Amino acid sequence: MNQAIRSAWVVAIGMFALILGSLTYVQFFEAEELNTNDWNNRQLYQDFGRPRGAILVDGKAVAESVPSNDQFNFQRVYNEPNLYAHLTGFYSLVNGSTQLEQASAGLLSGTSDELFYDRIVGLLSGASSQGASVELTIDPQIQQLAWDLIPEGQRGSIVVTEPATGNILAMVSKPSYDPNLIAVHDTEIAARNVEQLSAVPGLSIYRNPATESLVAPGSVFKLVDAAAALESGDYDAESQIPNPPVLPLPGTTIGLPNYVNGTCATRTTADLEFALEQSCNTPFAQIAWDLGEDAIQEQARLFGFGERHQIPVAVEASQFPSDLSQPELAQSAIGQFDVKVTPLQMAMVASAIANDGVLMKPNLIKAVRAADLELIDSPSPEVLHESVSAGTADQLTEWMVNVVDNGTGRGAQIPGVEVAGKTGTAEVEGRGDNAWFTGFAPAEDPQVAVTIVMEDVDLATGSQLTSPNAKQIIEAVLNQ
Amino acid sequence: MSDVLTVPRSRRNVEAALLLLAFAVAVGANFVAGLEREEPFNDYFWRQASTLVGMGILVHLILRIRAKYADPVILPIVIALNGIGLAMIHRLDLPRMENPDFVPVAPQQLTWTAVAIVAASVLLIFLRDHRILRRFTYISLIVSAILLLLPLTPLGLEINGARIWINVGFGTFQPGEVAKITLAIFFAGYLSTNRDLILLAGKKLGPLQLPRFKDLAPMIAAWLVSIGVLILQRDLGSSILFFGLFMAMIYVATSRVSWVLIGLAMIGVGAFIALELFSHVALRFDSWLNAFDPEVYNRAPGGSQQVVQGLFGLANGGLAGTGFGQGRPDLVTYANSDMIIAALGEELGMIGVFAIILLYILLVSRGFRAALGTKDGFGKLLACGLSFTIALQCFVVIGGITRLIPLTGLTTPFMSAGGSSLLANWIIVALLLLISETARRPVRTAAPSEPAAVLSASGRGALPRRPKEGSR
Repeated sequence: MNQAIRSAWVVAIGMFALILGSLTYVQFFEAEELNTNDWNNRQLYQDFGRPRGAILVDGKAVAESVPSNDQFNFQRVYNEPNLYAHLTGFYSLVNGSTQLEQASAGLLSGTSDELFYDRIVGLLSGASSQGASVELTIDPQIQQLAWDLIPEGQRGSIVVTEPATGNILAMVSKPSYDPNLIAVHDTEIAARNVEQLSAVPGLSIYRNPATESLVAPGSVFKLVDAAAALESGDYDAESQIPNPPVLPLPGTTIGLPNYVNGTCATRTTADLEFALEQSCNTPFAQIAWDLGEDAIQEQARLFGFGERHQIPVAVEASQFPSDLSQPELAQSAIGQFDVKVTPLQMAMVASAIANDGVLMKPNLIKAVRAADLELIDSPSPEVLHESVSAGTADQLTEWMVNVVDNGTGRGAQIPGVEVAGKTGTAEVEGRGDNAWFTGFAPAEDPQVAVTIVMEDVDLATGSQLTSPNAKQIIEAVLNQ
Repeated sequence: MSDVLTVPRSRRNVEAALLLLAFAVAVGANFVAGLEREEPFNDYFWRQASTLVGMGILVHLILRIRAKYADPVILPIVIALNGIGLAMIHRLDLPRMENPDFVPVAPQQLTWTAVAIVAASVLLIFLRDHRILRRFTYISLIVSAILLLLPLTPLGLEINGARIWINVGFGTFQPGEVAKITLAIFFAGYLSTNRDLILLAGKKLGPLQLPRFKDLAPMIAAWLVSIGVLILQRDLGSSILFFGLFMAMIYVATSRVSWVLIGLAMIGVGAFIALELFSHVALRFDSWLNAFDPEVYNRAPGGSQQVVQGLFGLANGGLAGTGFGQGRPDLVTYANSDMIIAALGEELGMIGVFAIILLYILLVSRGFRAALGTKDGFGKLLACGLSFTIALQCFVVIGGITRLIPLTGLTTPFMSAGGSSLLANWIIVALLLLISETARRPVRTAAPSEPAAVLSASGRGALPRRPKEGSR
């Protein structure tokens, strides 16, 4: 019997050996894979258990972590939630994180390489690692003003920038939402809130309309045509371009008309100043035909089209289509067809013209501070592209001043200040137009560029909500 | 038999020294567990420390008086395991303390620890010799049947689809845990009595000696019990445990591989029937094989979330662990009972779990050593059966947690929260200690006890008388 006992013992030891082996497999060989599994929220719990840095606007936290009494030690709280929702995004358990909460996650959570030194100090001193705070370039008064200028229930975005630096002074969009509803730790409540928010027309909690929604620019795109025309050397202030009321489009039965009730009809030929002033369509279609698709596209690229930017939140790439037929090119030249831009992209066009043709990289971050308020980083302005020559920029500025003084942008006039601007109305199939204004002031020394787009509006409402609002914002910035 | 000639030593002082180590492990673990979240040295800390130390010393003293040659390693190992389990259960209580409705588990487990050790002590004092149990062979069978049937009576409770608990007024009890002891006693008694009969009869088929059909009866009975538990109580783990216990014991009794092969075939048939007929068994298998399939993961009930979360815990621990109180073992459901190894693996790491498993290996090996050393067949079978159960239970639980085999709901001996399991395992410890005492107790050579005197008197009487030299 003793031999059988020994065999049974061997079997028992064999079973132990098997579980030692499987433990080794799970805890050593497979550990890495399991730790990064999507369902594994231990990392998340670890992140949520740490104080996360605040997002500051003018020293005030718009997003901060406060101690909580639940299983996580901290709750992310958004102050003035709707006003800043599209900038801060949210930091949530189940729905991930978005916008700055995502783009600056490394700094906010304290895991970024830039914070390496602080982590070492924390490790040695025993203090738990804390995230860095991120201070925004946003001016809270301008942000609030811009917010108030978009009526409740109206879809629209306003982007205010500083042309010389690329700093974003205000960026608002409606509809907005309350990120606190999504950051709540109770997953059931969060899920219900997300469901309710997804039912709001025109709202996506994952998208900042100012940087991620692509809309038709309409006539504001003519600034790009005009820039391409001047840069080509084929056109100058004297050039006279045929201005028929309707331009027949080859190969089709339709034509491209100028605005029927406008002043364009008073002239059969137009120079660029007049064409911009009255936003005549047919001259720009002919410029595009003359220069060709590639020239327009190249100019668009130099203004920042066709690439995704990190400011540090992700900016969707604006598009100028390629392989166009002649009718398509004509429509694209007036910002229709498949030309799609983000509101920020048009702000970049205006800013580049304002800044002597130099396009600065848009930027939201003024400073990064460690938990002890020590300055870790303050991004310096970066040149993105030399979009146009200084001469071209001057000429475009002069024409844009004329648009506000005598043309479609008269609503933006400010006594004693030269305002440069361009309006636009893009037709969108199946609903109201997109009304645009993009411009800057003062023309001789631009301090501020303002871009406004109101979606799904009729003509009257659109012009009411664009140029006059730009005027108010410019005044507010210049009076500071 | 050379060991008989060495001077037999009780080794109780070795046990005392090892106990000190075990106390240090148990009390230390409990201290570290509460370090992050509560006042050190609070009431519960002292209650836990004094209970474990007091009870450990109590058993040690009983052994000194009643069974002074018992194995000196078993008690310290079990105290250490019980203490680590208590510390982890306490640690898992802490994050939930803020909930006013939450009743902490650790104090209950501590009470059960005291009850279990008292029960083991009573057994050590009053049983004295395990061979007495042989008289209760058939009574044990009846008791086993009653215990297994109890959950099916109106007393029974169904929790998470398994009907293996009964309500005993102040809490729940799992009679199946005790049934594994009474079944082991029955098998040991039956097999040691009928061993010769089973061995002699039967046809030979090649190298295999096949048993006679009527000798297969107990095996079929054991198989039916296992299948019955599986069907009526929906408890796959206990079912595997009972059948494994019986297989080990019949193999040890007969040394016949044919029995094991027949047993394995019967397991195969049972598993096939279970898979085909019972959705809960099929679901377990599916959750095992396709644990990372989103559909399987999110299925409720019967999804793989528990096992996958357990794996995440183990992986998070890695080699060295997060440290006691530093991980998130509370994310795993049943972290303090079925999944306690995942919790320990997360916070103590692979190294820590290996140390714990080493303790189990030592414990089981000491049990087998007692089986080898004891002289009577009943004791050998009982010690083997009980030791093998501990090993099999560890295998089924930890293998399930690490996805080596499908996860079944079983407790990890001495560590998981659960009074019946603790009580049953401490009784097993008492039995192993008693058997090891008979194994290591010196053969009566020097002691002037009565039977030895009779033997020497009759021996002298058998010798031819020789004239006394001095009479001349």
